[in-house]
Amino acid sequence: MTVTIRKLDELLQPPAAAESGLNTQEYYVNMGPQHPISHGSLRFVARLDGETVKQVLPAPGYVHRGIEKMCEHLSYRQTIHLTDRMDYFSALMGNWAVSKTVEKAAGIEVSERAQYIRTIMAELQRVQSHVLWWAVLGMDLGAFTPFLYGFREREIISDIFEETIGARLTMNYVQPGGVMYDIYPDFAAKVKKVVAYLKPKIEEYDTLLSGNVILQERLRNIGVLSQEKALAFGCTGPVLRASGVPLDLRKVDPYGVYAKADFNVAIGSRGDSWDRYYVRIQEMRESLKIVEQLIDNIPEGAHTTTKPNVKVKLPEGVHYGQLETSRGILGVTIVSDGKEASPYRMHFRSPNYCNLWTITELAPGWRIADVIAILSSLDLVIPELDR
Amino acid sequence: MDSDAVLGAITRCEPSAQARGQSDTLAVRVPLERLLPLLQQARDTEALGFNMLMDHTAIDWPERSCFELLYRLYSTRHGHALLVTTEVPRENPVAPTACGIWPGAQFLEREVYDLLGVLYDEHPDLRRVFLEDSWQGHPLRKDYQDPDMLAAP
Repeated sequence: MTVTIRKLDELLQPPAAAESGLNTQEYYVNMGPQHPISHGSLRFVARLDGETVKQVLPAPGYVHRGIEKMCEHLSYRQTIHLTDRMDYFSALMGNWAVSKTVEKAAGIEVSERAQYIRTIMAELQRVQSHVLWWAVLGMDLGAFTPFLYGFREREIISDIFEETIGARLTMNYVQPGGVMYDIYPDFAAKVKKVVAYLKPKIEEYDTLLSGNVILQERLRNIGVLSQEKALAFGCTGPVLRASGVPLDLRKVDPYGVYAKADFNVAIGSRGDSWDRYYVRIQEMRESLKIVEQLIDNIPEGAHTTTKPNVKVKLPEGVHYGQLETSRGILGVTIVSDGKEASPYRMHFRSPNYCNLWTITELAPGWRIADVIAILSSLDLVIPELDR
Repeated sequence: MDSDAVLGAITRCEPSAQARGQSDTLAVRVPLERLLPLLQQARDTEALGFNMLMDHTAIDWPERSCFELLYRLYSTRHGHALLVTTEVPRENPVAPTACGIWPGAQFLEREVYDLLGVLYDEHPDLRRVFLEDSWQGHPLRKDYQDPDMLAAP
């Protein structure tokens, strides 16, 4: 038996003289936990030879709050607000993932109206999330204008959420059996206005940034993630699709009312940073298409079938539900002992956690500035991978 | 393939595998020593083609004095999924590592080691991932105690 437990400090031994032949020495540089490119508290240790990256050691955990442990003492309705605090750019989808799992396990019916509201809200949030990612990617690569543009668009979508939900970031909106509040009477009109506003904006983004030769040089053929590697690392979402695997749960295993919408799954061919960039740009267009198709057909009915303080007991066993957030597949495993109204064990399959580790394969051989571009193209949300 | 066909194919590959029950997705239980052969065949058998380890986690069962390890497999080629479970004894929780089959498994296993204290034999880099290296204990164990912990409501 050879179980060896290691420590990070042991790995950071002064390295030997570099291979370059010049009189240089490899050295370690610490990036983070507070660093503008990490978009949250994520620490990297990079082994460098000059400016060339030899190895990257991610050291996450600075935002670990023990959400899975906390869930063991809460009712299922109470666990939902914690999912807001994981991937806060897909807060609604985190809520939905838990609700979906609980609904399936407890046999709770959901009205058609609630499913429409959930789907529309989720797609608006996907656009919002990708807009913000686009903004920050621009800033990471030295273009400040996209940052301002992206935040402007994000505010407009946030206003829609605020009017119905009362929150702009941590929604706590989707609950088992439906949604917390019904939409406002002028919801459809306002969403249509926003969609009409955003559609030309995405084309403008293309003109402003996508076609820019500097951006292309910074992203094309940088950090190529092959299909085999992406699958072996368990990548999902735009990162996997950019490598050419059309795995999108909205198509493969439709939930909500995605089956009623006509949309395409954007995929890339090479799996480089550019493909990861462009897949997300195309996803914004597709998401707006979905919203447009659904917004006029929201049926009448109740927005929820359960009371807000509902105590659900799940049958004994392992329950699993998953859905496609902006960053990939969020899976919720609930283990119930059949006695308590809270989970015996709750586990979140985090898309960012799996996507993060590809950096150990992608970064070596590139310059520090390229690693920034690769990280930005992975679109990590740190509180979600730390949980 | 539908669930019954997957179950049939997996038990043909590994006769010691049995349906787990008490799971809302297709699940099989396998003895610890047959875990790796089953995972290997689940990936390599053409008809099964589980090319993705979607998730790996563990459940602490103090009354049964074991940890139950969960491996959630998915096939992008066939679109089917399978949950493989096995049990390791609680007093000596050593399991084989699956990172020879799916390289990404090593990071999921590091998380399970960090939070539940399951040890992985032959793991190339078994380190804590979220908590500090000097942290005492494994928080997701049911008997975990910590001076700063609040009493459960």
